[in-house]
Parts: sequence; structure tokens; C-alpha cells
Amino acid sequence: MSRLKDGIMLALLWGAALLTVGILVLIVGFIFYKGISLINLEFIFSDYSPLGGGGIWPMIIATVYTIVISLAIATPIGILAAVYLQEYAKQGRLVKIIRFATESLTGIPSIIYGLFGAVFFVAALKLGMSIISASLTLTIIILPVIIRTTEEALKTVPQAYREGSLALGTTKLQTLYKVILPSAMPGILSGIILSMGRIIGESAAIFLTAGTVAAMPESIFSSARTLTVHSYLVTQEAGDIELAAAIGIVLIVIILVLNLTATFISKKLDRSNY
Amino acid sequence: MAIAILERESAAGEKVPETNIKISVRNLNLFYGEKQALFEVSIDIKEKEITALIGPSGCGKSTFLRTLNRMNDLIDGVKISGSIVIDGQDIYKSNDVIKLRTKVGMVFQKPNLFPMSIYDNVAYGPKMHGIRNKAKLDQIVEESLRGAAIWDEVKDRLKTSALGLSGGQQQRVCIARAIAMKPDVILMDEPTSALDPISTLKVEELLDEMKKDYTIVIVTHNMQQAARVSDRTAFFLNGEIIEFAETSKIFSTPDDQRTEDYVTGRFG
Repeated sequence: MSRLKDGIMLALLWGAALLTVGILVLIVGFIFYKGISLINLEFIFSDYSPLGGGGIWPMIIATVYTIVISLAIATPIGILAAVYLQEYAKQGRLVKIIRFATESLTGIPSIIYGLFGAVFFVAALKLGMSIISASLTLTIIILPVIIRTTEEALKTVPQAYREGSLALGTTKLQTLYKVILPSAMPGILSGIILSMGRIIGESAAIFLTAGTVAAMPESIFSSARTLTVHSYLVTQEAGDIELAAAIGIVLIVIILVLNLTATFISKKLDRSNY
Repeated sequence: MAIAILERESAAGEKVPETNIKISVRNLNLFYGEKQALFEVSIDIKEKEITALIGPSGCGKSTFLRTLNRMNDLIDGVKISGSIVIDGQDIYKSNDVIKLRTKVGMVFQKPNLFPMSIYDNVAYGPKMHGIRNKAKLDQIVEESLRGAAIWDEVKDRLKTSALGLSGGQQQRVCIARAIAMKPDVILMDEPTSALDPISTLKVEELLDEMKKDYTIVIVTHNMQQAARVSDRTAFFLNGEIIEFAETSKIFSTPDDQRTEDYVTGRFG
């Protein structure tokens, strides 16, 4: 009887795993099947032409801009905030409220952030529909992610390291820089990777703050179209599934490369720290 | 209790020349929030001796040890009254915790080397205190590792991970790391409790050697260890010092019945 139960359970587990992998394979397979014929160097490296043909180079550049700018702002702020919450703040009600707030922020749908960005950065701060407006909005979206993951990473640093360092008559700041942050670095990095994924995958918030101009951005104050927004628009306006799928392939490859790089760096760091 | 008071008076009194006393603790009370963990602890710890703190789990011996370099400051809600005077200075009246901790080093229960090379671990303290000269650091690292009787075992692998060493070796590198700061006092919180018997023996031999240069206060759960290595022993129970005397006396003819019961293994 219990063998039968075991068998059923095992079948269920297998089924669930198979379903998950199956769906992934199906999606990736569909995208590659539809889009691979469009992929070539010209498609990637040439300007977009609304008359058909042309490439996605401006969108790649716009996407890279948003990643770099929002990470450049959110990473230091997020890490500092997490360090404050975890290492310095007295664990009381205020910290609980801040934690609750950051947790809630991760659950808000991105369109809401987009609306806020459109009202605040685009209109009130007069930054206009631009890469900078989108990047600032994205900063708010990924900040809680970076704070949470950095906090988790700091939690895993053994208390014994802190004590060992402080017992040698070092200051809290020295301990933080030389012992705690290096040990937490792999975890912090994984938070940054997660955020990159979030930025690349974001479309609604960017659509509302950076606009849809399909030309090479002249500066970070120009309106631009990122890859995801482009993919949405070509499907929506032209019904061009092949093109959308080809953009999907490019996105998948970018994410894959970023993940591998980050894993590689974090392994390297791990080894230099032992 | 009467004996503890008596002991305290003689410790504070005339017999012992003042110059020999390194650490003088008077009426120390410690609270974790509402809960009192130490009660009116008074003890004189002599220079270049090994003082052992024994007692059952939760008796306050580790808590007491951690007051001597103010490691309890790291815990929220700890309140302290009374005085701890080291070299004529009340350590709770001065706010220079950094200076205190360079003078009073600590070795913990479990080896807690940082995830760095052996060399970097030992050089960490001096570096953080501004020593940048490579030759000087090399010299400190070698001296400290020799001082912790581990130089010969690690001299060919100084640049490799400290975490690749055995537990016993790691603990001796921890001792070297503490020595590198050239402290006067070294506090040890059950330094051999995580080690195998052979490593324990090595650390004990080392303690005997280190006594020439350092004042050592060691918390131990192992009564044979206290008997083997220490000059004086304080017996803690429920946050009080029940008896403090020469180790030979504590283990042969203690004055207090509770001390006798504990050292003969009737409880604890």
C-alpha cells in the first residue's frame, strides 16, 4: 500500500517537473522556431526602418542604457540601505516598518510604477519621456530587490566573523569593508543579476516613461524604445510575430550571457575569498 | 557566599602587591534587559598568570569574560554596573573600545578565521591599525605564528586559505591572530571545546608557554583542563563567583561545599 502511495507521489513529482521544463522548452522552442530566420548580423547591428527590414540596434542600445543607469543608481543606494538595516539600525519598530515597506514595494505591479514615473519624473521633474526617466523609474522597481537580497546575504555572514574582527580592535567600518562585505559579495551579486533580469524584462513602466521613439537615442534625455517595448509594439501594431520572436531570441541570449558572466564573477570572488 | 566575600577582601587587600594585579573587578553586575546575569562579581586577576573560569553552563563565566574586552557591547540591551580596572584604567569609564581591544585580545570557542589566506588573517589586525610596511608585516606574521607554535606547520602555505587547515591548526592561527596585536591580556572562551584531544593538548602546551608574556583568562568547561593549565581558578554559579583561589586549592580542598560538589562532578 505504502509502495503504491510512494509510486503515485513520485509520478506527481515527475509530472510537475516535466510540466515546468516542458513549458520552458515549448516557449523557447516556439520563439526560436518563429524568429531564428530573421536573426543575422545586419538585423542586430543596423538601424530600425519602419518600412520593414532594418534592425534593432537602437533598441539594444536603449536597453543597455536603462540597465547601466538604473543599476548604477540602485546598487549603491540599495547596498547602503541594506547595510544600515542589517548592521547598524537598532532592530525595532522603525526597521520593521522599513522592511515591510520594501517587501510591499516588490509586490506592486510595474504599470503602477510606470504611472508614478510618468507623473513624477516625466512631468513634475520635467525630464520628459526619456531614458533617464525610465531608468529612475526602474531604479525604484529594483531597489527593494537589491535591498532584500543584500540583507539576506549579510545575514548569512557568520556572527563569528564580526566578533573576530571587532575583538582585534578594528572599527565597525573596517569590519564591514574588509570582512563582512567581501563574504556577502556573492549573494549581493546574485541580487544584482536578478535586478538586471527585472530591468530587461520590464516593458509597461518603460513604455510610460521612455516612450516609443524607434531611433538611436542621442543622449540619456532622448526618448527611446527598449527591446521589450519594441517587441510589444511590433506585435501590437504590425502583428509581426516573427520579428517579435527574433527580438525574444536576442533577449534570451542577453539574459543568458549576463547570468553566466555574473555566475563566473561570483565564483571568481568566492575563490579569491576561499 | 561568606567565602566569596572573604576571598574578595584578601584579593583587594595587603597580601598581594598591587603591581601584580592586571585586572581588578569590583561589584560587577550585568543585565540582559531585565534579566540579571552577573551578581556583584569581584575578582583580581594577576599579571602573567593563567586564570581559569569554571562553572556549569549558563553560570555567567563567558558573559563575564566578554565584559573584559567589552564584547557584550555588541548585544542590544546589556547594562553594566560596577568597575573593571585594567592597568589603572576603568574600561567602562573610557570610551576607547578600540584601544581596549588591542590590549585585551580574544580567542573564541570555535575557530573563526576569516575567509582569507593564513597570512592575511594574521596580518589583518596590524594592517587595520595602519601597518603597511611589507617587511614589518612579514615579521609580525612570522613572530605571531611562531608564538602560537604553528609556524612550522604553515610556513610553506601562508598564501593558501586559512579555512583549509584542521580545526586545531585554525585555532592556533586564531591565537596567532590575537598575538599579532601584541596584547597584554588574552581572553579565551572555551578555546579547545571544538578540538580533538591531540589538538587540545597542543593548545594547552602553548598556553603554558604563552604565560611568560601574557595574562591569560580562560573559560573552560573541562575541569581537568583548568586543573592542568591554570594558576588560579574562579568557580562561577548562577552569575556569582562562589570561590576564587589557587587552582590546587580549588581542586583539592575548596572552602565551599558547592565548589567541591562541582569539581568532584556531583553536578554540572
